[in-house]
Amino acid sequence: MDLKLSKEYEDFRQEVRDFCEKSKDQMPGPREIGASDPKRQAWQKLLIEHGYTARTIPKEYGGYGAEPDVLKSRIISEAFTETKTLGGLSNQGISMFVPTLLELGTEEQKKRWIKPTLEGTHVWCQGYSEPNSGSDLASLQTKAHVEDGMFVINGQKIWTSGAHESDMMFCLVRTEPDAPKHKGISYLFFETDNPGIDRRLLPNMTGAASFNEVFFTDAKVPMDQIVGERGDGWNVCNATLKHERGMLGDPNAAGTRLKTIIDMMHEETLDGQRLIDNPVYRDRLVQLQAEATAMQYHGLRLLTASIKKENPGLSRLIVKLQGCELNHQIASFAVDLLGELGVLYGQTPLVRNNGTWQFSYMYDLGLIIGGGTAQIQKNIISEHGLGMPREPKVGQPKPAIPA
Amino acid sequence: MEFCLSEEQKLLQDSVGGYLASVSTVEKIRETATGDEAMSKEIFDGLTELGVNSVLIPEEHGGMGMSLLDAALIQEMIGRHAAPVPYLANAGMAVVGLNEAGTAEQKEVLFPKIATGEARIGIAMSERTGAREDAKVTLEGGTLNGRSLFALDTGSATDFIVCDNEGGLHLVKADAAGLEITAMGTIDNTRSVGELKFSGTPAQPLSSENEKGLAASKMLAAGRVLAAADTLGAAQMMIEKAVAYSLERKQFNRIIGSYQAVKHMCAEMAAGLDPCHSLLWYAAYAADAIPEEAELASMHAKSHISEIGTMCARKSTEVHGGIGFTEVLGLHFWFKRIGFNRQLLGGPTSIRAEAAKLQFG
Ligand SMILES: Cc1cc2nc3c(=O)[nH]c(=O)nc-3n(C[C@H](O)[C@H](O)[C@H](O)COP(=O)(O)OP(=O)(O)OC[C@H]3O[C@@H](n4cnc5c(N)ncnc54)[C@H](O)[C@@H]3O)c2cc1C
Repeated sequence: MDLKLSKEYEDFRQEVRDFCEKSKDQMPGPREIGASDPKRQAWQKLLIEHGYTARTIPKEYGGYGAEPDVLKSRIISEAFTETKTLGGLSNQGISMFVPTLLELGTEEQKKRWIKPTLEGTHVWCQGYSEPNSGSDLASLQTKAHVEDGMFVINGQKIWTSGAHESDMMFCLVRTEPDAPKHKGISYLFFETDNPGIDRRLLPNMTGAASFNEVFFTDAKVPMDQIVGERGDGWNVCNATLKHERGMLGDPNAAGTRLKTIIDMMHEETLDGQRLIDNPVYRDRLVQLQAEATAMQYHGLRLLTASIKKENPGLSRLIVKLQGCELNHQIASFAVDLLGELGVLYGQTPLVRNNGTWQFSYMYDLGLIIGGGTAQIQKNIISEHGLGMPREPKVGQPKPAIPA
Repeated sequence: MEFCLSEEQKLLQDSVGGYLASVSTVEKIRETATGDEAMSKEIFDGLTELGVNSVLIPEEHGGMGMSLLDAALIQEMIGRHAAPVPYLANAGMAVVGLNEAGTAEQKEVLFPKIATGEARIGIAMSERTGAREDAKVTLEGGTLNGRSLFALDTGSATDFIVCDNEGGLHLVKADAAGLEITAMGTIDNTRSVGELKFSGTPAQPLSSENEKGLAASKMLAAGRVLAAADTLGAAQMMIEKAVAYSLERKQFNRIIGSYQAVKHMCAEMAAGLDPCHSLLWYAAYAADAIPEEAELASMHAKSHISEIGTMCARKSTEVHGGIGFTEVLGLHFWFKRIGFNRQLLGGPTSIRAEAAKLQFG
């Protein structure tokens, strides 16, 4: 156990800080942060060149090619936050598709797709959930059959985050209708401007629209745009879901949010008293701070385990549940701190922080549901983490009597 | 001892609830919430015809002379159907304020107009529950100066009752000289709030006898009971929607309502909310019948029902899964209504601090 930084790491921190200060003029402004913005792409390239994003992705696929190093990754993210420097691109392509290809893709696929994804040339969305297949994802019904050497897709996806801004999609479809439900799925990927694909924005409760319904009508996809074997898509997607659960529960965000809240508590007053001087709010703040700290170090522990190639077991399974809950609690605290100011929303006088806290309060609830609901997470923790039995099956329809 | 609603009260609730169920539909709420004014005139007029605006108006002024409990039962139905109409401020707090401190003439002029919906009174007194940005309204030579934030039901108001920094109450016309009304957008598009700026604004004192702000305190307590009632109704609806959905939706070949995780979420909501009905009845009843307990009871009702309501809003959304997070079912209107009520007239933390101070100094 050692968290003190040796000279090597202290020097590294200085190097990252220097980079951040020195490169500020090349950083995209608030209106240039879209993945397709040339300034953002140039910035992304610069970050990859220095190893400040895509750090551990091998060089031959467009990454920086460093050995995983917990402390260095942490130092980078701290230095970026501290200097308010824009970090590397993050989308489902980078966080999920790339790791999946690295694990299960062919050499050719890795060469062809990873680099442009890292550089922001391709932006990806994840087409898994369907209207009738959410928690029970494996029951999905969107189908592909083979015709003239192409997959032909028909069906519907829903909740596809970012589909409207993505040029590519990775997607689960049923290709082997006669196989058992987990064995009949394939993991395909394709362009979203396919004439057989219709994307429609689906507004969420925050008033914003970030996810879509995606309709497939005879959408044709080349047969080599598949990861893994036909019928093996369930295993392939589980490799990505694992990455998603890690990502959604990212604990570093919590600390940053709390810092913003602490500033706010110094500035805002209620009956002339600063919020930071209110004992009840102080108590709630420190409670959240302690939990955020626990999750932050929990993250370090998991990273260490992954470097040592140890299976963290239960410790990994709790990250999504706890991380999403913590974020929701933090947003809820911020709204409460602001009181009536906290219900203001949209472009309106006196609104604080552009209504960010209300937005997060709602969006974080969405994240508690998305990517595996809290209840499903608890099932996983108890069954896979604690070895408890599954809930008994009830109401299973009897097998149909053969004619 | 008989702690239950009377037959008349049940009938009242059924008739208001039945009417709102037919007109305050999700489609109607959606339509109103995207319009300019956070009020549906059609629903407001229908409710006015049912007489809901005059429940608290004394009989000698042509009203029904009923109790705050009756008003709370109506407000509960309004919350239950997330109805986009002003009630809490206009038919609730304003009438309480006028009853307490209004002059004979003010009552004669305003009560009939409130009853018919011709007058709609907004309330500006959020500073009394804790001032943000050091906002305050002061009285100088018969005119008002300063600002009040989060005035209630500003959108369609014809008049305001304004509370000054010493607890004095004043009537101000919405079109008075030196009054600037700025609408504020909130998460809840079914009610309207705004900022009022006063510069030498002519105002009529509600009464010179309103000493030490007693009338203002009573108005505030009534407002809190009504806000709690609104949350209660909205949360009750969210539980019912969750249970109904859980019996329809299937995952893994079974209705999700057959999973213990889902059942327990529903049971936790129900177990939390059920006693809130009792708390609300008590707090509303106390306002008329046990004045020495009324203020504390209003604080307990508002803070506790806000907490339970928040829990129900969240869990009901969770039971619905992803679809609950969208605008598709309209569930979010109830979610936001509960969120709005929570901060209205003092958030739970502030009210609990007030309640502790009231009891223990
Ligand atoms: C913000 C957000 C972003 C999303 N992004 C994407 C995306 O990019 N791509 C994509 O494909 N999908 C995405 N989703 C979809 C998401 O993964 C699903 O919403 C989620 O898996 C739940 O499925 P469902 O909505 O169908 O709810 P259901 O599965 O119908 O669940 C309803 C309720 O039943 C409970 N339940 C179901 N089964 C069980 C069980 N076995 N035991 C106990 N309780 C159970 C659930 O916990 C929930 O409370 C997103 C969702 C959200 C909210």
